[in-house]
Amino acid sequence: MSILAQAAGYVPASKAEAQAITAAGYAGLAYGLAAIGPGIGIGYLVGQSVQAMARQPEAAGMVRTTMFLGIAFTEALALIGFVVFILVKFV
Amino acid sequence: MIFGLEFPLIENLVEWPNLFGPEGSWYGFNKIALINLVALLATTLLFLLASRRKTLEPATNTPRGTRNIAELSVGLIREGIIMETVGPQGIRYLPYLASLFFFILITNIFEIIPFFHMPGNARMAGPAVLALITWVYFIAVGLKHQGLKYFWNSVAPPGVPKALLPLVIPIELLSTFIVRPFSLAVRLFANMLAGHILLVTFSVLCITLFSASLLVVVLPLSFAMLVALTGFEIMVAFLQAYIFTILAAVYIGTSMHADH
Repeated sequence: MSILAQAAGYVPASKAEAQAITAAGYAGLAYGLAAIGPGIGIGYLVGQSVQAMARQPEAAGMVRTTMFLGIAFTEALALIGFVVFILVKFV
Repeated sequence: MIFGLEFPLIENLVEWPNLFGPEGSWYGFNKIALINLVALLATTLLFLLASRRKTLEPATNTPRGTRNIAELSVGLIREGIIMETVGPQGIRYLPYLASLFFFILITNIFEIIPFFHMPGNARMAGPAVLALITWVYFIAVGLKHQGLKYFWNSVAPPGVPKALLPLVIPIELLSTFIVRPFSLAVRLFANMLAGHILLVTFSVLCITLFSASLLVVVLPLSFAMLVALTGFEIMVAFLQAYIFTILAAVYIGTSMHADH
């Protein structure tokens, strides 16, 4: 059974419930790993776009639009990880 | 019971009882159906009311009231979204993109409206249908502008050397025709569901902490987090509507101009 649940003093009712708690732990791990890549990616992307806007303030509008587009694409990957978490835990 | 606190089931977050119609059928009318209906009426009424002649100042023909809001929004979508991504040929798609933007915005903003507290896009049906319609739309635009060669041009871009084609074609096929609508739907759905779960978690935490035990010292922190997250959810509502619309515009644009 999951270490956190043991620390919280939770006593499972049956073996199936203990397995369910461990599965929930794995589901959380799924989202945590999925959030690493997009976190780094979006940070790098916004940093580069801030640099571009500082270099050439006239192009700030176009850079901002492309930045939002890039954020949408990379954030979609993190959100697919979130959907996997929902699927593992509740379906 | 974890750490002595009780938490409700996940089904109470996203499943709502039907007002009429049997549970689980497609014509059962629940809270999400009501939210979608109100968003539909609000979008239609906004633009209908804004187009009446009475909404212009009689002396100077400047817009006022709803017309002002509608003109500002249409101007923003036209300059900020269509001109940047599609170009002047895309102005004819402005009605579709404007109604898409307002429909998604109003269904998202129901997350923070007091008696609803439920984004209409937190179940997969709404975003899936919108993504499906946008998918059919950009394929239709591609077929209209490039004929049947559109399918060949989109999976094998014109500058690719012939030896690489067996590698590029499956990747482009998957990326253009399968991943695009799927990611549109999942992006909107997961953002709204995640925001909803966050807000519900902190609200339920506030209520549960309002007890006689020592944990009540955490209550102000939980409440402050709830207020901050509500502000964040307003921003996410606008941002997700904007992202959906601008991605739809980009896909329409690449369908039109792929033969460069």
